[in-house]
Amino acid sequence: MVIKMVTIIPEIIKESIFNIVKNGERTDGRAFDEYREISLEIGFINKAEGSARVKIGNTQIVVGAKPQIGTPFPDTPNVGVLMTNSELLPMASPTFESGPPDDRSVELSRVTDRCMRESKVIDLEKLAIIPGEKVWMIFLDLHIIDYDGNLFDAAVLGSMAALMNTHIPETSCEGDEVVIDYEKMIPLPIQDKALMCTFAKIGGEIVIDPSLEEEDVLDARISIGMKEDGTICAMQKGGSKPITKDDVMKAINISKDKTKELMEHLK
Amino acid sequence: MITIITNTNINTGTEAGERADGRASNELRPLKIEAGVLKRADGSAYLELGGNKILVAVYGPRELHVRRIMQPNRAVLRCRYNMAPFSVDDRKRPGPDRRSVEISKITSEALTPVVFLEKFPRSTIDVFIEILQADGGTRCAGITAASVALADAGVPMKDMIVSCAAGKANEKIVLDLSEWEDKEGEADVPIAMMPRTGEITLLQSDGNLTPEEFEKALDLAVEGCKKISEEQKKAIIARYGD
Repeated sequence: MVIKMVTIIPEIIKESIFNIVKNGERTDGRAFDEYREISLEIGFINKAEGSARVKIGNTQIVVGAKPQIGTPFPDTPNVGVLMTNSELLPMASPTFESGPPDDRSVELSRVTDRCMRESKVIDLEKLAIIPGEKVWMIFLDLHIIDYDGNLFDAAVLGSMAALMNTHIPETSCEGDEVVIDYEKMIPLPIQDKALMCTFAKIGGEIVIDPSLEEEDVLDARISIGMKEDGTICAMQKGGSKPITKDDVMKAINISKDKTKELMEHLK
Repeated sequence: MITIITNTNINTGTEAGERADGRASNELRPLKIEAGVLKRADGSAYLELGGNKILVAVYGPRELHVRRIMQPNRAVLRCRYNMAPFSVDDRKRPGPDRRSVEISKITSEALTPVVFLEKFPRSTIDVFIEILQADGGTRCAGITAASVALADAGVPMKDMIVSCAAGKANEKIVLDLSEWEDKEGEADVPIAMMPRTGEITLLQSDGNLTPEEFEKALDLAVEGCKKISEEQKKAIIARYGD
């Protein structure tokens, strides 16, 4: 049985956050286009073939990547598979419950997956072992351990870092025999990079990297997934109020610069 | 036809009586405990023991929504032991399995005796143990970290439970079994205890031991617990001062 705890934001707090934003400021003193402090620890889990621990402000996610040999999907018999899964652990927030993934968790993993997949970050064709029969499946697991807003950007940044850190065993064909060598680990075939910038619409303004406090009162949320060259690879609108075309174009514009800034963490 | 070459770069300590990682029989692996590592949780702790990386969060005492387990005269202490899918060599499917359900139950029973639950009727104290990386002895390390997280949350307790395992590997009774010793060894005896009184709050045994060997293992585990207990206190002092 899952009982959802509802966060009740008294109107008075909502009004005060709105007023602060209307005055051109934010509750934690940031500029509208300023991220909280970001830290990235790559290779945090030795047991995983790729991993990263990412922090944006107090939000904290551990991402682990594990390759497994599997059967390809019938409609794409010659390409490998990337599977993204997330757990909003009850340790991360009093509003998260244990049990099967809820709608928030499914949205997070699907949006992260879309951002990684559509940008073709991994050359999945190179992950075929025996075309039509055996391929590498990369399992990307997002472990959310502390929730203080903006899980999307943290999840995508952590996933990108973990994939860039991932090594898989070398495979070679000798006649009709395939050798998978765990003593020779090679990096995943990474061919592009993509990251995500999330914005909240509060009191008519667009602010980047919403904190939990801001997420609780926002009217709408928009996330822009962008590749290194500035192409948009994924988007997701959230929140119960509408946004305008102008809001979206403004968010895209800011994302161009901010994606570049975030990319610096991957170097 | 697929041939898999596995990584054979593991020292198995073939000399009789010698440990694979070169430790003395009563020696713990390197231990690190840190209190107060998470923002949202009421209390938290991070622990490393050898290759184990364990994170614990405590919430409560707080309102209990599940009426059927509510106690009219005291709080309930709920524990959830969970392994991250990437914490082990072969990816673990997310969600509870029989092993983690059992460990969650015994962890709760190991911690309950020291907590003043009667001070918080009809409420719950929730302990979430996340195994980020597993390297043998995760249940004990989880309990040790959980105590620190409970103390960090300010939950009133009469002692700080500490946990450690001893067992038999390579014909010898040894302290704090590594992952390899746990898998390949003859027996594993995890315990948890109250360091002030010496009373035992968790005891399991898995494998074959003579009564004499068992007693030796138990004494060794108690010795290990006492060493770990000092590190728990240091972690709390590091966060809150003397």
